[in-house]
Amino acid sequence: MPTPRHTPVPVRASLDRRAFLRGLSLTGLAVGTTGMLSACGTESQVQDADKCVSEDRSAEEKDLVFSNWPEYIDVDGKKMPTLEGFQKQTGIDVTYNTDINDNNEFFAKVKDQLGGCESIGRDIITLTDWMAARMISLGWIQELDKANIPNVEANLKSSLRAPSWDADRSYSVPWQSGLTGIAYNAKYTKEVGSFEELMTRPDLKGKITLLSELNDTMLFMLLLEGADPEDFTEDQWASAIERLEKYVASGQVRQFTGNDYIRGLNSGNILACEAWSGDVIALQYENPDIKWVAPEEGLSIWSDNMLVPNKATHKTNAESLMNYYYEPEVAATLAAWVNYICPVEGAQQAMEKVDPSLVENPLIFPTEDFLAKTYGFMELDEKTRQKYDRDFARAISG
Amino acid sequence: MTAAAHLPGAETPDGPEIQPRGARRGLTGYVLLLPGGLWLALFFVVPTVVLVATSLYDPSGSLQLGYRMTGHWQNYVDAVRDYSDQILRSLLYALAATGAAILLGYPLAYAIAFKAGRWKNLMLVAVIAPFFTSFLVRTLSWQYLLGDNELIVSALQWLNVLGEGGRLMNTPFAVVTGLTYNFLPFMVLPLYASLEKIDHRLVEAAADLYASPATAFRLVTLRLSMPGLVAGSLLTFIPSAGDYINAQLLGSPNTRMVGNEIQALFGAGDYPTASALSVALMVTIVTMVAIYVRRAGTEDLL
Repeated sequence: MPTPRHTPVPVRASLDRRAFLRGLSLTGLAVGTTGMLSACGTESQVQDADKCVSEDRSAEEKDLVFSNWPEYIDVDGKKMPTLEGFQKQTGIDVTYNTDINDNNEFFAKVKDQLGGCESIGRDIITLTDWMAARMISLGWIQELDKANIPNVEANLKSSLRAPSWDADRSYSVPWQSGLTGIAYNAKYTKEVGSFEELMTRPDLKGKITLLSELNDTMLFMLLLEGADPEDFTEDQWASAIERLEKYVASGQVRQFTGNDYIRGLNSGNILACEAWSGDVIALQYENPDIKWVAPEEGLSIWSDNMLVPNKATHKTNAESLMNYYYEPEVAATLAAWVNYICPVEGAQQAMEKVDPSLVENPLIFPTEDFLAKTYGFMELDEKTRQKYDRDFARAISG
Repeated sequence: MTAAAHLPGAETPDGPEIQPRGARRGLTGYVLLLPGGLWLALFFVVPTVVLVATSLYDPSGSLQLGYRMTGHWQNYVDAVRDYSDQILRSLLYALAATGAAILLGYPLAYAIAFKAGRWKNLMLVAVIAPFFTSFLVRTLSWQYLLGDNELIVSALQWLNVLGEGGRLMNTPFAVVTGLTYNFLPFMVLPLYASLEKIDHRLVEAAADLYASPATAFRLVTLRLSMPGLVAGSLLTFIPSAGDYINAQLLGSPNTRMVGNEIQALFGAGDYPTASALSVALMVTIVTMVAIYVRRAGTEDLL
């Protein structure tokens, strides 16, 4: 029996596998996407201690996970003397990670967990002032119990006791402070004394790097504009950004980097750069040609702060560690190795025993005169920071 | 006919008696699809939808306020307008790297397939061996090789190819070199696989028909190796266009690629623009690849 052409063929025959799957997935995608898209959008990520309760299991578990920046603790061969001292003294087993390389990068890594009140598997994280301020304002950080950190109460330097973002240090304890200035390789170039020189000297063209950290680099751009980095206007910011764009367009700047400027400076690819004090002093032990200078315009000062994130389950252990690092002898041992500014009162006296040559080192124990030339960076609210971050990202992308 | 009947789910004209068997086989196919399908749904479809959704968020949101889903499609206009240089640059660098990889990879794959003899396996291992060390470490070592005071630059300066004070590091050349180096194995392996299958008697037959070696290569070897060439260039081009490590480690502010911008935007907390840029890049690449595959006549690959 011949089938007329227009008779519908049985479904099974007409529906070959490919068409079926294609249809299925397209329908799924169409239905799913519209549904999911409209359900998207995120709530505010702000958490508060009442809702996002963190349990402390320090009593049962003698463990602690500590995340820090690379090359930021004393090392002796494969051992870390101060950290081992802590483990011996308290019996707390510390897992030490060096997984923080960049404030923004680390923030991007943990924001979804902390924003959703989940654990990030770390008990202490170490972040620079402005990022610590941001985390605290988002309610992602646990309040410290001051009874557990008497050494911090007693020995924290007075200049660090009341930052605007954590006025009574209820959430943060400084790990180290540091300075941002200029470093150069004396084997390949003559002294670079000011930022003006760094940005305009023709023999440095294409041979310098700046830091990709907004606060550091823009602080100097603002100083070059004659503005006060601790209190500047929208217009001053805009002209500082223009200035940076001009330098980038002129080909003076070879790269914007994090810690990795060290390699280029050491090999001579980079003749001079914006640099962090401790890194450079540590490099000098290997390569005496590397010099660090305090630029004529001034210096940038900052601190990195230990914080206990929400849902970290060993807060008391974390507080023991903070307390331990505020014993002057321990602080001096640490400072002698990392060469950053020591936040602990009494460490200078203790340094006599550890390494007498460093007692008068202004980069570890700065004098009042020295500190007079340093600037912090104006505190920015979330919206402004976002806008400035965008301006800065655009300026450094050439 | 028999072949068709064995395909699971293919129509079976013999009717009901075979039907149950056919249906069961059809089911097996779907069950086998399940793990891969679930994987894709979880790790491809969901992230893609989230990415597309994020690209349509209200750009005035923040983590503190939350982001509202407003279908703000202007994010795309802004992203493409602000970053058109970087998008073009990425495509250009990726094309250059793919071209260089073909020039380097084809002779290499050809030699391994036809001329290596007993060294064949060793040479293949040598192509794959770099994967045993980290991508980052290998890229960092190029910083040393191309350094201002190292052998290559000094030699080129001595030959007056590079002027006094000329450099290779942190230039487009360094970035394209890094891309080529890192993705070369992805060019060589598919090329080798398709060259290796070519029956050498076909080339001999071409010679018997008075084709010169060049003509024989063009009409026989090259055409038969097209699937490998297409696969290789896709595997090189696609990851190169989205790469940001090479531009970050070997480039300068003036060689930043779109990957660097996406990363920087995510870092700066501008999630809507970052997502819009990612989606725009994805669409651009898919379009280019679709056109390329059509023109090359190798749709079977997709």
